[in-house]
Amino acid sequence: MFSIRQNQELTRLPDFGNIGVWLRALLAVNLGAVLAAVAANRVLAQLPAEFTMLAAAVEPPLIASLALLYALRRTLERASPRLAAALVIAVAAAASVAFETLLAPLQGAAALPAALARATFWAVVASWLLLEYFSARARLHSPALAEARLMALTARIRPHFLFNALNAVLSLIRSEPRRAEAAIEELADLFRVLMQENRDLLPLSQEIALARKYLDLERLRLGERLQVKWDIEACPPDALVPPLMLQPLLENAVYHGIEPAEQPAEIVVRFTRRGEQLLIELSNPTVAGSGDHPGNRMAQDNIRERLALYFDLEASLEVELRDSRYLVRITMPYRAGVAA
Amino acid sequence: MNAPPLRILIVDDEAPARARLRDLIGDISAELPAIVVGEAQDGLAALEALQQVAADVALVDIRMPRLDGIGLAQQLAARPGAPAVIFVTAYDQYAVRAFELSAVDYLLKPVRAGRLLEALKKLPSGAVDAPTLRRLQPEGRHHLTSSERGRLLLVPLAEIVYLKAELKYVTARTRARDYLVEEALTALEQEFAERFVRVHRSCLVAREAIAGCERETGPDGETRWVILLKDFSEKLPVSRRQWPQLKALLQQE
Repeated sequence: MFSIRQNQELTRLPDFGNIGVWLRALLAVNLGAVLAAVAANRVLAQLPAEFTMLAAAVEPPLIASLALLYALRRTLERASPRLAAALVIAVAAAASVAFETLLAPLQGAAALPAALARATFWAVVASWLLLEYFSARARLHSPALAEARLMALTARIRPHFLFNALNAVLSLIRSEPRRAEAAIEELADLFRVLMQENRDLLPLSQEIALARKYLDLERLRLGERLQVKWDIEACPPDALVPPLMLQPLLENAVYHGIEPAEQPAEIVVRFTRRGEQLLIELSNPTVAGSGDHPGNRMAQDNIRERLALYFDLEASLEVELRDSRYLVRITMPYRAGVAA
Repeated sequence: MNAPPLRILIVDDEAPARARLRDLIGDISAELPAIVVGEAQDGLAALEALQQVAADVALVDIRMPRLDGIGLAQQLAARPGAPAVIFVTAYDQYAVRAFELSAVDYLLKPVRAGRLLEALKKLPSGAVDAPTLRRLQPEGRHHLTSSERGRLLLVPLAEIVYLKAELKYVTARTRARDYLVEEALTALEQEFAERFVRVHRSCLVAREAIAGCERETGPDGETRWVILLKDFSEKLPVSRRQWPQLKALLQQE
């Protein structure tokens, strides 16, 4: 039984509501059109025109099919994998035939049976190949593999922070034993989360609570030098975000924006919801002479990869320098959590 | 019979880290008499403190604002009578590799009393040596220092347009202003041969700042070559002796 379940998992259809699936389908079909145009080409100068003709012929049915499949996605989910695949191919073929029939009179002739057969043939071949491609992709990013990658990607914290924090706590034990106790408790909480199997999206409020613990520990050694401004009014606290995303970014900001700064400096964290998107911005002042650090890049690449695993192409992480501040901006789809 | 206590300067930007070192020095005082003569929150403050007090050894954190631990060691190497340096770091793979290669002793945070004692007992004599400094920071010093009304200022080398020897001092000219530097021009010429070129017995010019050259009639009626600077109206006379070398340099570019 297990193997059947697994099989089902592997041949499941792509999510037609995902913009990444649309982009990949468009790209693949256009690539096919380029190849076809190059293969049929006789006069090089006419190649662009021939390709445009071909693209104009294949794109409308493709987009129509994707839209139809998006509308039908609930039905497709309920059908067996084989039936669903057959439905997808049928939709593609139907869309191609429909467009061919509609467009033929514009070119001054009735739709020929040969043209219709050709359109059906290519629609079936293209949609079948695309389904194969998406299922191969799903296999490659199968849940087990993705999970393993997520685990490997989240279990990271800079040793720099750990040893400095331990050093700060040690210095407190004699003079302020109670503060030292509290600090060790926070360190324990922080590491408990860091070492958990962090797979599921978490409510933003939990991420923020964890980030505050981390910042409390940093404040132990940096004192007033570390200023943080939270701007979270414009964001519902139930928004779901990947776990442990904020802390590594804050760690970068402390390392590059606070530690090398002579004067107290401010990290600004801002969350905004814009329609169906969640925007996270984190900025720190830049310090002259403290160049880019490989650790910085590593944390960002790590988060970028995790965002891709959770949201595919619908999330992004960008970095920019503006008004001598280093700004990291994350955009991701807004998902509301279940009210706890 | 009683040796004078070891004079220690603690240099770290984090107050708790300084407090911890102070505690530990107290803990080992029975075995190694030592006093803390000062604390500084970065390299520049350490240099200032050393103008006031003498120390046998500085315990130096690596990551600090303004002038970091390696920068401090570089500055100390250029000063006579500077204390020995023991580096302290929480985690810095790059620096630790350099220490290992150079057999330089260092302490890891959190520091242990036993380790501190051991390091202080086999204290290195004098400043960190040149090969070690090169390994820690291959491009060399990033700053010169300038003393002004009892305060020390950092002069970033990258901003210096030219260095000019005048009487006892060397003047470092940047776009913003002049600084007095207490270092010999010949020593600076040797240390920063890649950055500066000599145009005159008393003047080094940053290679980057040179825009070109022209012939000019001097006040004595003799013609001579002068160096033109980028974004600077000032012209620097070239001595007859340096001219062939400079001409070759200008033709290369």
